[in-house]
Amino acid sequence: MTYEQATHFAQTWGLALLAVCFGLALIYALWPGNKKKFDQAARSPLDDGGDDNG
Amino acid sequence: MAADARGHQDRIDAWAIGAILVAGIYCSLWGAANATDSAFAIQMWTALAAFLVGAVLLTGFIGRGGTGNQSTRYENGVVKAGVVASMFWGIAGFLVGVVIAAQLAFPNIFYFEEWGWTNFGRLRPLHTSAVIFAFGGNVLIATSFYVVQRTCRARLAGGLWPWFVFWGYQLFIVMAGTGYLLGITEGREYAEPPWYTDIWLTLVWVAYLLVFLGTIWKRQEKHIYVANWFYLAFIVTVAMLHIVNNMAVPVSFSGWFSYSLFSGVQDALTQWWYGHNAVGFFLTAGFLGIMYYFIPKQADRPVYSYRLSIIHFWALIFLYIWAGPHHLHYTALPQWAQTLGATFSIMLWMPSWGGMINGLMTLSGAWDKLRTDPVLRMLVVSVAFYGMSTFEGPVMSIRAVNSLSHYTDWTIGHVHSGALGWVGFVSFGALYCLVPWLWKRKRLYSNALVEWHFWLSTIGIVLYITSMWVAGIMQGLMWRAYNEFGFLEYAFVETVEAMHPYYIIRALGGTLFLLGAIIMAYNLWRTATSKEPAHTRASDVPAAAVAAE
Repeated sequence: MTYEQATHFAQTWGLALLAVCFGLALIYALWPGNKKKFDQAARSPLDDGGDDNG
Repeated sequence: MAADARGHQDRIDAWAIGAILVAGIYCSLWGAANATDSAFAIQMWTALAAFLVGAVLLTGFIGRGGTGNQSTRYENGVVKAGVVASMFWGIAGFLVGVVIAAQLAFPNIFYFEEWGWTNFGRLRPLHTSAVIFAFGGNVLIATSFYVVQRTCRARLAGGLWPWFVFWGYQLFIVMAGTGYLLGITEGREYAEPPWYTDIWLTLVWVAYLLVFLGTIWKRQEKHIYVANWFYLAFIVTVAMLHIVNNMAVPVSFSGWFSYSLFSGVQDALTQWWYGHNAVGFFLTAGFLGIMYYFIPKQADRPVYSYRLSIIHFWALIFLYIWAGPHHLHYTALPQWAQTLGATFSIMLWMPSWGGMINGLMTLSGAWDKLRTDPVLRMLVVSVAFYGMSTFEGPVMSIRAVNSLSHYTDWTIGHVHSGALGWVGFVSFGALYCLVPWLWKRKRLYSNALVEWHFWLSTIGIVLYITSMWVAGIMQGLMWRAYNEFGFLEYAFVETVEAMHPYYIIRALGGTLFLLGAIIMAYNLWRTATSKEPAHTRASDVPAAAVAAE
């Protein structure tokens, strides 16, 4: 693979791949069905029941 | 039966770690015997001594019954050791920083021709490695071991291995630091340790990754809390960066010198791909893990937006890795790569400020706590500095700005607003939280001393960064000033002379920061050794009260 081919791939398909992956992460974060799970997760450090009693 | 299984696991761990120690003893003895230069010989004798001490510690540990005594739910011993090590290396690193600041301000007083190891060129990497890797690294290892256990509701995995990670990492620090003083360096910024120290760190780091992953693997919670994602990104990426950047061929196995596998501009780009991601994943992602656990915990409120924290995480991961080329503007690096580095740096504004807003807004409805809780204030100010330095960085990555700022002290000021303000303060906040929690004290020995620490350090940082702004921009402008005949207006030494007062102010700022850390160490020590009756940590008790708020 030449330098031109490598940079061409990176600047087209590589860029598209990363954009799609990031889009999937966004969808995961904003998916309405995940809200309850995330609300619970956000409380996870606070509701840890302490060090010794659990 | 569980104790039997642990005893069996302990024996396997002890054999494996013992084998590593024996191999270490053999290699270092061979190196010392065949050393081609005296610096390498000293390094090998140091390593030999460390491996022998390690063998004694291991034997003693097994003799005392290994990890069989698990009276507490979580493994706290290695976290406590990490807290002590962090404080020790922090003060050592800040002290060396003050020394080299004084050397720059008063080169005639602090120059000792007959003691090569006191030279600025050797002390400077000692300072950067001590504060980043020794202080910052120990804070990250200690807090990550603490946080992963609590948020996964699982005891630290790996039995003896967390202790191997802890002591192995200290050995890495000692080998790297003493190496610099002996004049040993690979000449790669923030990656100065020689090839054998790099190999040792790789081994320790893989063990760290496995301990962390193992704990996540046996978690009792379905969802992996976001702080762990940041810690994991830090561990995995640092492993990748470290291995690729340090690919080198030693000239001889009995000497410290090696040649990089890359050459020319590829080598430079590899170095700054490493260098900037050390900032992005060591000094940012790891410490964001601290932010996402300790600020909610200390403020007793959940993070402002969990969704935003996920977007913060993935945006950081996708963008940071490309920002490195902005260190190589106006070099042989292809123009498009420079532009790519600058563009991604500017895009980083979004996750950085998203993260800052997320951290700050966690306090919404509880802002009054900033008045009464100096530890929380320290954590919040650290996030403000995170926002400030991540605003400044992208500005400096723009080529036109960089042509003024690069190679000047503006860069040093920028780095320290991030390092002292963000990394320093978030670490101090976490350590102030951890000591009462781990040693089961109701509160810190003295909140007044935290106030002293807070204000001394804040004034110190302000003196540091403002003096470096003025010095750096002045320096940049003087370098590019031409007279009416097209000649350079100033000789280099005139710029040095002009910066003298700012160097003194900087040294003063650093001294205040060091003073604050010494006060902190005293406060933490008094807290840990106080005669007050042991108590479960305050935030555990009123869980019901929090829910009712």
